[in-house]
Amino acid sequence: MIRVENLSKSFGSKLAVDGVSFEVGKGEVLGFLGPNGAGKSTTMRMITGFIPPSAGSVSVCGLDVQENPIEVKRRIGYLPEAAPSYTEMSVLSFLKFAAEMRGLRGEGRRSAIRRVVELCHLENVLGQTIDTLSKGFRHRTCLAQALVHDPEVLILDEPTDGLDPNQKHEVRTLIREMGESKAIIFSTHILEEVEAACTRAIIIDRGRIVANGTPRELMARAPSGRLEDFFRSITRSDTATEAA
Amino acid sequence: MKASWAAIWTIAKRELAAYFDSPVAYVFLVIFLLLSGFFTFTFGGFFERGEASLAAFFNWLPWLFLFLVPAAGMRLWSEERRLGTIELLLTMPVAAWQAIVGKFLASWLFLIVALALSFPIVVTVNVLGDPDNGVIASGYVGAALLAGAYLAISCMTSALTRNQVIAFILAVVLCLLLILVGFSPVTDLLARWASPRVVEAVAKFSVLTHYDGFQKGVLDSRDLLYFLSVMAYALFATGVVIRNHRGG
Repeated sequence: MIRVENLSKSFGSKLAVDGVSFEVGKGEVLGFLGPNGAGKSTTMRMITGFIPPSAGSVSVCGLDVQENPIEVKRRIGYLPEAAPSYTEMSVLSFLKFAAEMRGLRGEGRRSAIRRVVELCHLENVLGQTIDTLSKGFRHRTCLAQALVHDPEVLILDEPTDGLDPNQKHEVRTLIREMGESKAIIFSTHILEEVEAACTRAIIIDRGRIVANGTPRELMARAPSGRLEDFFRSITRSDTATEAA
Repeated sequence: MKASWAAIWTIAKRELAAYFDSPVAYVFLVIFLLLSGFFTFTFGGFFERGEASLAAFFNWLPWLFLFLVPAAGMRLWSEERRLGTIELLLTMPVAAWQAIVGKFLASWLFLIVALALSFPIVVTVNVLGDPDNGVIASGYVGAALLAGAYLAISCMTSALTRNQVIAFILAVVLCLLLILVGFSPVTDLLARWASPRVVEAVAKFSVLTHYDGFQKGVLDSRDLLYFLSVMAYALFATGVVIRNHRGG
């Protein structure tokens, strides 16, 4: 459902994403791993059509993002990094806005909001201004926004960032459940999350894919059998120099 | 076509609600009405004029709007950039131009409401004298267009930065420039060394030149075209700025 081909993005002279190709099918949950600044967010932003690629192409449900941006955006639910939202709005009016932007009206909108409110456990904060919410609730409000139109494709940029262990567990479970009927890409720094929720993982370093396989396959590639050791062996920290 | 207006309306509604959800709208309305009343009745010489018209009110508007319109427009895009919500907005199924137009229309509507709230001055002149209400109506049309032109420029500067203060100052400077090229002390100065045709040509770029027609009750299509093209140009530039920002 998502096909990324030779995708590249440069900002000035800096190459942020360098010839990335992969595919995600229905029923797959792809974990997107990599050190900070590896190009995870940039890749996701290109898939959602927020920024145009410098080279290469992305297609979602058979539609090219550059040629059919609006149609592609209809099919994607997107949780941007740091889960932004209109902080002066109440949770309910924010979700109403998101639903309306997705073309939902009347009863369709009401039932869609009811569904995501339940899914993301927002019942008790519906009338509250987003400003006054804790980080966990803000995060889930933005996640609810991404799910409101029940999209076929979900792009989640660090969906568990800033959540407490219970909330992390819930979001992981949610991702795994939704993954059965959707195509999902999510990025994370937490390697256990990959084992817990992903059917496949890609490790990206300095804009290039350095590993692609099931969590089990990747773990098997480290002598210790731990994903973390494998991750550290093939990626470089951002303090390492280019020549290193 | 219908769907694209539905999206524009959804964005506009949210934007209008954002004004009234925060104190911004109320502070703005109060300050606008206080200052416009103050200028009209003191410096404007509303009573001393000896004529039943709103000239005292309209003459001050280009200067009052110079600060108030950028204040109303500065948050439009810079706030989206600061909060990161621009990424949400532009990954929803809308084209960037729909978002730009939606936000602009909401703000413009808000400014028109503010203008409409100055109706007590209209009532006053009608009670005290026998004004030409046609001239007053055309004056309001001119004022609304002037507000729209300033607002479109504020949209553009707002898209340039995540900092509202910078957006505000840039907008004031650009709008001031559009006033000054037709402001008589400046044109008089220019006339000392430039030929009258040059002065006239430069003055044609000024909002004042085109605003004055409306205040005289003259609805000239050229004046209308001027304001609409300033708006269209500035909103187009907003689109370019947003696209470049996303392009890195």
